[in-house]
Amino acid sequence: MGGNIAFLGYGLAAIGPGIGIGLIFAAYINGVARQPEARGMLQTIAFTGMALTEALAILGLVFAFVFRSA
Amino acid sequence: MSTTLVAAAGSLRGAVPTESFETPGTKDFWWPLIGSDTNSFTFTRPALIWILSCILICWFFLSATKNLQLVPSKRQWLTEQAYGFVRNTMGQDIIGSKNFKPFIPLLLSLFTVILLNNIAGVIPFVQYPTTGRIAFPIVLTAIVYVVYHVTAVRHKGGFGKYLGSLTPPGLPGWLKPIMFVLEFLTYFVIRPLTLALRLFGNMMAGHLMLLVFILGGEYLLLHGDNPFINVSGAFSFLFAILMMFFELLIEFLQAFIFTLLTAIYLADAVSDSH
Repeated sequence: MGGNIAFLGYGLAAIGPGIGIGLIFAAYINGVARQPEARGMLQTIAFTGMALTEALAILGLVFAFVFRSA
Repeated sequence: MSTTLVAAAGSLRGAVPTESFETPGTKDFWWPLIGSDTNSFTFTRPALIWILSCILICWFFLSATKNLQLVPSKRQWLTEQAYGFVRNTMGQDIIGSKNFKPFIPLLLSLFTVILLNNIAGVIPFVQYPTTGRIAFPIVLTAIVYVVYHVTAVRHKGGFGKYLGSLTPPGLPGWLKPIMFVLEFLTYFVIRPLTLALRLFGNMMAGHLMLLVFILGGEYLLLHGDNPFINVSGAFSFLFAILMMFFELLIEFLQAFIFTLLTAIYLADAVSDSH
């Protein structure tokens, strides 16, 4: 069985951003449930936060490919 | 539906393996059309899709706005929706109603080009997300990078003042150099890096996942040696179809996020405070 340890590292690196994105959308859903008219504003903030958090997972993915051959 | 998917995904790899399963990887994204196999200036499939998408967008917008009517045609309605979405959600709300006008063409073309090229990943017979090659996000990010720095330098009156405005006012003196280094790194390195990598990573990873499920399903279904394995191959196809709809969502979202972040960076550049 072949494989590469870099991708295992990526799997570990994705845990943190996964939790982070979960927290962001939990807060977003809470906010919309409490105040439905704030939806538009909250949506932009939630997606911005998601983009920033997701960047960490994406960096992990790219590094997994970069360090694969090393 | 799944037979066309197999055909399309199979043709993407060149040749479908017959003996042993070969895991799809980044090599599946390299697809030269004209020119040699190793030259970096080879005309490739994503380049063709990119050119076609630009022609399509130009034609669409020009023909939709040629004779505008009070009661819009379908095409005009679609154009108005896209324009209104970019103008209101990203222009007016983020950049602010005072300064957003000059950036609307940039934001609208970024949004439509990225959206169409992302969606190319699930359009039958095209099925190649152009932005899944790192070159395309890098070029888009370079444009955004130049635009938001030039805007900031112009708006704040000189490069020195721009650098000075990176640190928030009212900091204690010993904290200023640390904050300056951090903010400088954010503005000049981390922002363009993450902007390009986010789009690229999402598109490449999503397409790779589809490749794994479709090619793996094909291998299990046709080359598996017992019925249980064949059935799981069929389930793999079903899951791939499900993931296609998920991909469609991600593709919309990434085009939106790229444009949204561009608008946020521009809003930073034109803000008077900070």
